[in-house]
Amino acid sequence: MRLTFVQLRAELRRVAGNGEQLLLTLGIPVLLLVFFSLVDVLPTGTKDPIDFLAPGILALATMSTAMVSLGIGTGFERSYHVLKRLGTTPLGRPRLIAAKIGAVIAVEVVQFAVLIPVAYLLGWSPGSPNWLLAVVGVVIGTVAFAGLGLTIAGRLPGEINLAVQNGLYLVLLLLGGMVIPFAKLPGVTRAVAHALPSGALADVLRDTLSNAGTQPGRSWIVLGAWAVATPVLASRLFRWD
Amino acid sequence: MSHAVTAVEVEHLTVRYGDLVAVDDISFTAAAGHVTTVLGPNGAGKTSAIEVCEGYRRATVGSVRVLGFDPASQQRQLSKRMGVMLQEGGVYPGSGVMETVRHYTSLYGNGADADALVEAVGLTSKSKATWRRLSGGERQRLSLALALAARPDVAFLDEPTSGVDINGRDAIRAIIRDLASNGCAVVLATHELDEAERLADHVVIIDHGSVIAAGTLAELRHGHDEIRFRSDSILDLRALALATGIVAAKVGNDEYVIDAPPQPRLMAQLGDWLAEAGHPLHDLRAGGQRLEDVFRRLTGGAP
Repeated sequence: MRLTFVQLRAELRRVAGNGEQLLLTLGIPVLLLVFFSLVDVLPTGTKDPIDFLAPGILALATMSTAMVSLGIGTGFERSYHVLKRLGTTPLGRPRLIAAKIGAVIAVEVVQFAVLIPVAYLLGWSPGSPNWLLAVVGVVIGTVAFAGLGLTIAGRLPGEINLAVQNGLYLVLLLLGGMVIPFAKLPGVTRAVAHALPSGALADVLRDTLSNAGTQPGRSWIVLGAWAVATPVLASRLFRWD
Repeated sequence: MSHAVTAVEVEHLTVRYGDLVAVDDISFTAAAGHVTTVLGPNGAGKTSAIEVCEGYRRATVGSVRVLGFDPASQQRQLSKRMGVMLQEGGVYPGSGVMETVRHYTSLYGNGADADALVEAVGLTSKSKATWRRLSGGERQRLSLALALAARPDVAFLDEPTSGVDINGRDAIRAIIRDLASNGCAVVLATHELDEAERLADHVVIIDHGSVIAAGTLAELRHGHDEIRFRSDSILDLRALALATGIVAAKVGNDEYVIDAPPQPRLMAQLGDWLAEAGHPLHDLRAGGQRLEDVFRRLTGGAP
């Protein structure tokens, strides 16, 4: 346990000292939340855009940390042989992975501690949110996104991994029902969006927090399927150097 | 060597990557308190063999014991007493020197003192500098510090002085010598003959995945005495042979070799002949072959 905490501290120090990751995990979600709440240009279909945006941005924050931030960081560690060197210490791979999961959860706690009050300040009134179920959704989503991020990071060279993770982030943001409602997407694209982990998590959070999910039962299944498939894929494809 | 405790035992090790045979049935040992140099050209299989010893890579065939542990199944126990210096990198570019050393010393129950370690490798003045700001030599020193974080009983050092200037090399060599003199089994992989010649107690020469020779430097040089000298003039080697019976061969622009033990009579004859003929004599060296020549003799090529 001690070694896991030693590594967790190192992981958190690295995240805190990395401006790009802070921008990605906190800056962009806060900016999107504030901007699109105050500037009503999105076809949210709700009286107040914040009611649509808040759950979507929480899903976006989860994806930013669990997939992009973890994936880019791990990809560079692999390229720089950091993982290989750590693999020769008593830390071992299971503790290294536990520390990385711990770091993701810690960052998500900070993200939510900032985003939720900001959303309330912007007028979010979720009614009777089921926070416990929302947390379950975030945990499953975290597993799904982390598996996806590590699958990509475990195969591609550092710079290409960076580009792919950022590109995927943009695609999942736009197609994931996070800032643009599923109903506004064309037919085939809408079906794809519902099958994506981003779309599923956004829908699950919108349902648990605002009772406004479009197809919550199916979204839970989709999210669960991604959470099983991507870690299996990552464990099979991941290369440590 | 025979009285020293064997720390690393490699027996009939083979490592394959698909169809490529990187290591082909090699065996060698490394003793506690000694520097064992695994010498060979790039791509000879040195790194693959050492990675199996570290527990990082699995052997395709053969067995490896390090400090009595099987690195593949007992890597966790072994890692507590093992230091590893990678051929390159291993540190996040944005990580500071002291921060990195502290992190690694914390990963060992009885880890070395971080401040003392940074001082030992001569990086105290750079303790706040990040990896990306360090020179090649400073990076190697930091890598060495991380290998020493465990207070290791066995250390695997892959090309430890690669890209390091002369002063840096001396500092790194002194640390490696000190490490061995404190009882650590140092296994050093290098393609630099000079490195092996200066540090090795025991040399294992690998070429194309196979061990082609092993022993102390004296054992490898045994039976291959020579006299080597330089002269600016073009020597008439036939005249030399007729006058003295000495058979010399030209091996460089102005370098000559006599394949014979350095007996005083022969040395005197050579000196007299050169003096009488008015030829200058430079860099006269007599005795065992240089490791470079041993290597060329064994592999038929350059390291």
